[in-house]
Amino acid sequence: MIENLSSPLVSPAGARVRPVQDAFHGDLLEVSMGPHHPSTHGVFRMMVTLDGEAIVRLKPVFGYLHRNHEKLGENTTYLGSMPYTDRLDYLNSMTNNWAYALAVEKLIGQPVPERAEYVRVILAELTRLQNHTCLAGFLMQDCGCSGTPLMYAFRERERILDLFESLSGSRMMCNYQRFGGCRVDPGPEWLDAVRGLVEGYGAFLDEYEALLTGNEIVMARTQGVGRLKPDLAVSAGITGPMLRAAGVPYDIRKVDGYGIYPRFSFRVPLGDHGDTYDRYMIRVLEARESISILRQALKDIPAGPIIDPKSRLRGLRPKAGEAYGRIEGPKGEIGFYLISDGGPNPHRYRVRAPSFVNLTLLEDLCLGHTVADAVVILGSIDIVLGEVDR
Amino acid sequence: MLGTGILKGLAVTAKNLAGSFHDPGRFVTTQYPEQRSVLPENYRNFPFLVAEDDKDPMGTLRCVACQICEKECPPQCIYIEKSRDKKPDAAGKMQLYPAVFDIDISVCMSCQICVEVCPFDAIKMDQEFEIATDNRFRPLLRDREQLARSNRYFQQVHPTEAAEVDARLAAARRAAEEKAAAKAPPPARQEVQTKPATERPDPPAGGIKTEA
Repeated sequence: MIENLSSPLVSPAGARVRPVQDAFHGDLLEVSMGPHHPSTHGVFRMMVTLDGEAIVRLKPVFGYLHRNHEKLGENTTYLGSMPYTDRLDYLNSMTNNWAYALAVEKLIGQPVPERAEYVRVILAELTRLQNHTCLAGFLMQDCGCSGTPLMYAFRERERILDLFESLSGSRMMCNYQRFGGCRVDPGPEWLDAVRGLVEGYGAFLDEYEALLTGNEIVMARTQGVGRLKPDLAVSAGITGPMLRAAGVPYDIRKVDGYGIYPRFSFRVPLGDHGDTYDRYMIRVLEARESISILRQALKDIPAGPIIDPKSRLRGLRPKAGEAYGRIEGPKGEIGFYLISDGGPNPHRYRVRAPSFVNLTLLEDLCLGHTVADAVVILGSIDIVLGEVDR
Repeated sequence: MLGTGILKGLAVTAKNLAGSFHDPGRFVTTQYPEQRSVLPENYRNFPFLVAEDDKDPMGTLRCVACQICEKECPPQCIYIEKSRDKKPDAAGKMQLYPAVFDIDISVCMSCQICVEVCPFDAIKMDQEFEIATDNRFRPLLRDREQLARSNRYFQQVHPTEAAEVDARLAAARRAAEEKAAAKAPPPARQEVQTKPATERPDPPAGGIKTEA
């Protein structure tokens, strides 16, 4: 039991919160969810204050997986940080690699050959496919669909990870991008395997949607739950599918046009309500757009070098300066901010982790909802603790 | 109508259940110890040291103890001590060799950076993954005897990469021999000729056959 709460019990998101004064709702209960709880997607703790079943306050506690990533980045060479970026958001190592490579390439003014740009786009979109599929699976697991959607998602994800493994040597810790290109040139068989997978993926998404999208239980559990207002999302710095589900058209692939994204035609799906169901739907629709980007990239991929022959692997000593490389990762804006003082290591190495920023609104989304809804809302934010805690 | 969504979903699960008995696309589990999936050629886990000769791995390590991998290794899991004397490498040039070369594979994160930075093609990634042990100290710290694998083994696990490396090394050796033959007096030439010709299972110039 805790004393009266001093802050007003109305969330900025506008969620209804019951008053605590009357005889039946006076006693508040503080519950610690996590850090070792399967619904928290890792070692994450929510200190939930409950009035009956309604959440009146939620304090996210993280840092249990802190591994000094940014300090390590200041003490290793530019190349040496690359394998550590795999371990940030370990579902999406390819996009993490790309964002870091982009920052270093900006810092040293390194051009990237055409073929490598195409391979990067192909890998980033494959990563997005598997991340969004997984997210839908995890979200359904949080809703209580024990296993089935998650196993279907993992079955498809495994096919993509097999492609990653045959290209980079590792399923998840790919360590594939280099400054000025990529490490291994994908052969024609590999590209054919990707083509086969891309052609079959639409059918899988159809099947997956038949299982979930119109399902009445899924709708009852997710619609109207965890509503996010667009202005709040923008002022909190939310990015990625969560922001677009709230109806804000902001996609760094369109805004920055990094790499060769301006060459591809694709749409940016937007949500209407900003609730959990919209966040699920955005993922499915983005996966479909990814398939379209992949088709275009696989059609146009040119021959040529995979890495700039003048690029240097080690012994980089960039001139004093700073660079920020950001891309639209599957979870939002993943960015690396580097300051060089002319030495072999970055003077400052900072990661803008999308799930960390997206997680800051958890309390606003959860206020007024029940504990079971908080689990679903957390699932729809799509966090990976390796990236939140770094 | 309420409930049609659930019925549609049940149809999907029924289709998957039936499919899991006959459709290979839905039948994805590998029963591991009995069945083994084929590892892709690029698969990597821990590094090994390449030795030219199966019979005398310690005498024919390609490593010249330049310590670049030790410096570049992100988690700092490599420890090298240079030798005091020198011995001839594959091209016949006198080189240092590692008196101590240890890799702590409990620290190694299999990132392959040591392989990429090595200018001598002396360290490569292995594919052996069944290395669990009940002792967390000595078996996880591998010394140079445990790390050494023959070039023949490298040709087996990474045939494409090995063919490339062998062709490159053979070309470098030929160039060195020609250079020596062109200008050097007879004694130096003799040394160059005897070493590689007797010690190496000569790789064909066009590359190694994949079955090795």
